[in-house]
Amino acid sequence: MRPALRAGRDLGFWALCFLALAVVVAPSLAMVGTLLQQAGPALSLHLLTATTANNGLQNAVLGSLLIMLGVLLVAGPIGVLGGIYLAEFAPTGRAWLLRLGYETLAGVPSIVIGFVGYVLLAQELHWGFSLLSGIMALSAIVLPYVVKTTEVALLQVPSTLRDAGMALGLSRLTTLRRALLPPAVPAIASGLVLALAIAVGETAPLLYTLGFSDQDPSLSLFQHPIGYLTYVVYLNATLPTRLEHEVAGAAGLATLLLILALIGVGRLASRRAARFRAQLPT
Amino acid sequence: MSFFPAAQGTGRRAGPLPIGRPVPLRDADLTRRDRLARWGLLLAAAIPTAMLLLIAALMVAQSVPAFRYAGWGFFTGRVFSFGNLYVTKLQVQNGVPAPHGATYGAFTFIFGTLVSSVIALLVALPLAVGAVLALTERVPTRLQSTVSIFFELLAGIPSVVYGFWGILVLGPLLAAHLYPVLGRLGALVPFFRGSVGYGEGLLTASLILTLMIVPIIATTTRELVRGVPILAKEGALALGMTRYETARVVTLPYVRRGIWAAALLGWARALGETMAVLLVSGNLLNGLPANIFSPFSTMAATIVAMLDSALTDATGMAVHALAALGVVLLVITVATNLLGRLIIRRVAGGAVLPVGRGI
Repeated sequence: MRPALRAGRDLGFWALCFLALAVVVAPSLAMVGTLLQQAGPALSLHLLTATTANNGLQNAVLGSLLIMLGVLLVAGPIGVLGGIYLAEFAPTGRAWLLRLGYETLAGVPSIVIGFVGYVLLAQELHWGFSLLSGIMALSAIVLPYVVKTTEVALLQVPSTLRDAGMALGLSRLTTLRRALLPPAVPAIASGLVLALAIAVGETAPLLYTLGFSDQDPSLSLFQHPIGYLTYVVYLNATLPTRLEHEVAGAAGLATLLLILALIGVGRLASRRAARFRAQLPT
Repeated sequence: MSFFPAAQGTGRRAGPLPIGRPVPLRDADLTRRDRLARWGLLLAAAIPTAMLLLIAALMVAQSVPAFRYAGWGFFTGRVFSFGNLYVTKLQVQNGVPAPHGATYGAFTFIFGTLVSSVIALLVALPLAVGAVLALTERVPTRLQSTVSIFFELLAGIPSVVYGFWGILVLGPLLAAHLYPVLGRLGALVPFFRGSVGYGEGLLTASLILTLMIVPIIATTTRELVRGVPILAKEGALALGMTRYETARVVTLPYVRRGIWAAALLGWARALGETMAVLLVSGNLLNGLPANIFSPFSTMAATIVAMLDSALTDATGMAVHALAALGVVLLVITVATNLLGRLIIRRVAGGAVLPVGRGI
């Protein structure tokens, strides 16, 4: 083939690739821009001092933080302990089965989890639209993520540490606590934080489990619906007036900032984890 | 250097992927406290699987009356109506009572879910692979992590924000500028014929879904491309191949099957996405979209949109009918997802697929 033709193809191919990159990058910037533009006029302290009943976001911010805390308390311990089991204690066959289980759970559409949350928790167990129903539904969504990151974090700790523990006559638990967990902690923490980032951006599983309220959240676990940020975006996006769109934009911006902060913290933690690993013996 | 050959493979530092498993545990190596702890930890590890089984069992149990009432018509019927919820008159079909006039035909929603997600996948796949190739092969190493932030941003943006942006900006923009051009294709392709609408419909939803699944495909592809042996690439360049030829002959064949797996995962996500589609779909009920620009609806979006009114059905059949939609959705997504994971396990051994949204 003629060299000019080959060079031309090369150029064309990479031009298309960079075009694809631009097409991916542009919308992410455009979305942030739209949120800023929509939220702009509404950005003031009023958002934090008034509830959604008065076009503020106080109750939604508090509600979202409350849900994050709940998910951390429920999915955090279960996921980390489960991940420890899969990485350190599970016989091969059983680990395979349980891994299949959580990976499949991760593939269940969030609205199906929300539907089950409504039928089982809100109705059957009479929890109603409440904090606990919402936390449980969200925990089901992020649990696979926490299990997976914990498992991977432990598997990245070199096995020589396990051998060393065994050679010293330490029990497996002591080896875990003293040698295996410390270098894995940053990576596990990064997984937890990213799980919270996923949780705070969800809407579908909460619609029929957490409900919505335009008042500040009560701390009651049962029967009290609670407002949260993503619902405000959803609701106000479909409402007609300018002011409502401004509040929707502000709620979206608040959610995004929360998520980006969490992703940032997760990034720091995982960079730390990589540094940690580099210091370990092979 | 490790003294034990068995442990060598597990200690590799470089690379983001977990390598190998620890040496299998023998019972004799465990103390009594270890064994006790093992049972406790097993309990925690079993919870996700238990949740999965509970979800599946409950969805199936909830859906049975609707499937019995509608029979095969559930999959072929184009009218989905809860019937007259204000009258106490009942209509019995196949031995199952439901409100008068109730018809549960889900064909339009199944069609909408499949078509929108397939369009999204067809657009997202070349987009993600091209973007990743540009990023990993041509963007200077210093800048790569900075550019990667945009993929994370795309993965991190909540789906309601996608929907909000879709109805406010993208939909009107496309309807004004891109769709009239695409509409000219109508002369050749019937599905492009007719009104281009106002930006809420099948194509807008598909393009929003495209943006949502690009990060999933891109994250996996990026890890796979980074795993391509550098010597093979350098060899190709040394033979005088251009970078495009190297990508085509070395890189892409090496990662091809992994990309198929990533595509399946992305597809599964597009199938199950709810909020963004709900906002930009135009929510057409009881009809197939007239063309690619016109309103439609999906199974997931319909569940959210109609559950509120379904709750007022005293016979409970409306909720059962939505559960039946959920079961169909569940079966399709879970099958897609599992197939993707099966493929990647065979292709890439222990490679990590993103669980969640590809953050």
